[in-house]
Amino acid sequence: MIEQIVQIDGFIALYIFMLAAFVGYEIIGKVPAILHTPLMSGSNFIHGIVLVGAMIALGQADTQLEKMIGFLGVFLGAGNAVGGYVVTERMLEMFKSSKDKKS
Amino acid sequence: MSANTMQLVIHSSYFIAALLFIVGLQRMSSPVTARNGILWAGAGMVLATIVTFLYPGMSNFTLMIAAILSGSVIAWVSGKKVEMTDMPQMIALYNGMGGGAAAAIAAIELFGGKDHGLTFAILAILGGFIGAVSFSGSLVAFAKLQGFKNTTLRFPGQQFINLIILIGIAALGAYITIQHSSGNIVSLFFVLALLLGVTMTVPIGGADMPVVISLYNAFTGLAVAFEGFVQQNPAMIIAGTVVGAAGSLLTQLMAKAMNRSLAHVLFSGFGDAATESIEVKGSMKPIDATDVGVMMAFANKVLIVPGYGMAVAQAQHKVWELTQLLIERDVDVKFAIHPVAGRMPGHMNVLLAEAGVPYDIIYDENEINSEFESTDVALIIGANDVVNPVARTDPSSPIYGMPILNADYAKNVIVVKRGQGAGFSGIENALFFLDQTRMLYGDGQEMASELIQSVKSI
Repeated sequence: MIEQIVQIDGFIALYIFMLAAFVGYEIIGKVPAILHTPLMSGSNFIHGIVLVGAMIALGQADTQLEKMIGFLGVFLGAGNAVGGYVVTERMLEMFKSSKDKKS
Repeated sequence: MSANTMQLVIHSSYFIAALLFIVGLQRMSSPVTARNGILWAGAGMVLATIVTFLYPGMSNFTLMIAAILSGSVIAWVSGKKVEMTDMPQMIALYNGMGGGAAAAIAAIELFGGKDHGLTFAILAILGGFIGAVSFSGSLVAFAKLQGFKNTTLRFPGQQFINLIILIGIAALGAYITIQHSSGNIVSLFFVLALLLGVTMTVPIGGADMPVVISLYNAFTGLAVAFEGFVQQNPAMIIAGTVVGAAGSLLTQLMAKAMNRSLAHVLFSGFGDAATESIEVKGSMKPIDATDVGVMMAFANKVLIVPGYGMAVAQAQHKVWELTQLLIERDVDVKFAIHPVAGRMPGHMNVLLAEAGVPYDIIYDENEINSEFESTDVALIIGANDVVNPVARTDPSSPIYGMPILNADYAKNVIVVKRGQGAGFSGIENALFFLDQTRMLYGDGQEMASELIQSVKSI
């Protein structure tokens, strides 16, 4: 592996986990029930970042088996990110208040 | 660019992406800003994906681009085409794909058999396990909701078998961690994890699926966070953890709104609640649409309580047309939505939004329940259990304690319903037998049309 400028060890990781967990918890706690479905879909999109991880895994794969699994991973990750985006955007697009409609 | 500058660019971009995800999610938590919230998050994703091509030591680009293109196109087309009523299973499908991707990252790491230390090995294995369960479980959830396979398979000893599989997975996981073994053992580990996802999900009834989908969503988030640690990628750790936490909370909110504990959903398999019910006194009194139209047109305040039945009948556009007519006559019309109306929490809001109903006349249970007493007409269309007052009054009922909409407090209650049968849970609805309740029998869409005619002719 190439020299890393980012190094996340045990306790640093734990701190990140803790803070990020609070962020997630706080954000959802405030969400009105009317947005629960788009929000679930939106958070589903956000974990589509797994695409990046899959790309790196495939990019560093050597054997035939690793390449095959990597291909599958990138394929699935791209599906997660793109699909999650498209359906979330479609749902949120429809939410209008009575002031900004009259179309 | 030197290798170090390159790394700086890449990691700054990941940092910005993580920031955009959080800001985007935060904006999605209000209907006013929600629409550009997803754009912010989307921009973060595009940025992170592009800079990843610059990541040091990468090859296999042709394969990578082919995989991205094929995955994107399939997801794009299916996402654009899907009906709003089918949204829950689509979310399950995309979520499952994410879980599968996380499992794939773990698999590559484990098949490589490299020794990165104990923490890495444990997190890679945990992430792989959770991701694989989320993958196969979500696919089963998708298949069930899509109707490919709607039988609910249960047999005695099922939980015992799941437990055995789980123990097997734990043993293999521990073995891989200690021995850094690869090959067949790792394959077996993933096969068992995938199997567990299937056997866990197959016995769960359709009504509980939303809770399960939400749970798998949180699972995938967690798996992504673990694999992010393995790959030393903070953006993945943060995004995954945020989703894991948010998803867990959302799952709990859903389970609570459905009056089920998570353990119940996972381990007892419901959706087939006891059909045993108490005797309800009185009779159901029919009414016709013309009378209801007059009643609503001259009311001061009307609350509409829609349920999934309305969406099945594709009546939401007609109901909105009716609402507009009533608003023109200065009737105060509001929609009262139960948290689990539709097939997942908030699903009904999406379906109403699709029909063009503005979100500021839609209220949820907490906001609206105190208003039923001052309501002249409560129109129940396609909803049943969520307005059943026995949830408040009868401790022996399986839905006792479930939060409901207090439609029975309204001065007049009109129930639009296909026939006389009991609801989804098979429980007799005491609301239908009250003195102030009238039944409007018929298809939701036809009845809404008749109501429109009736109001127009006044």
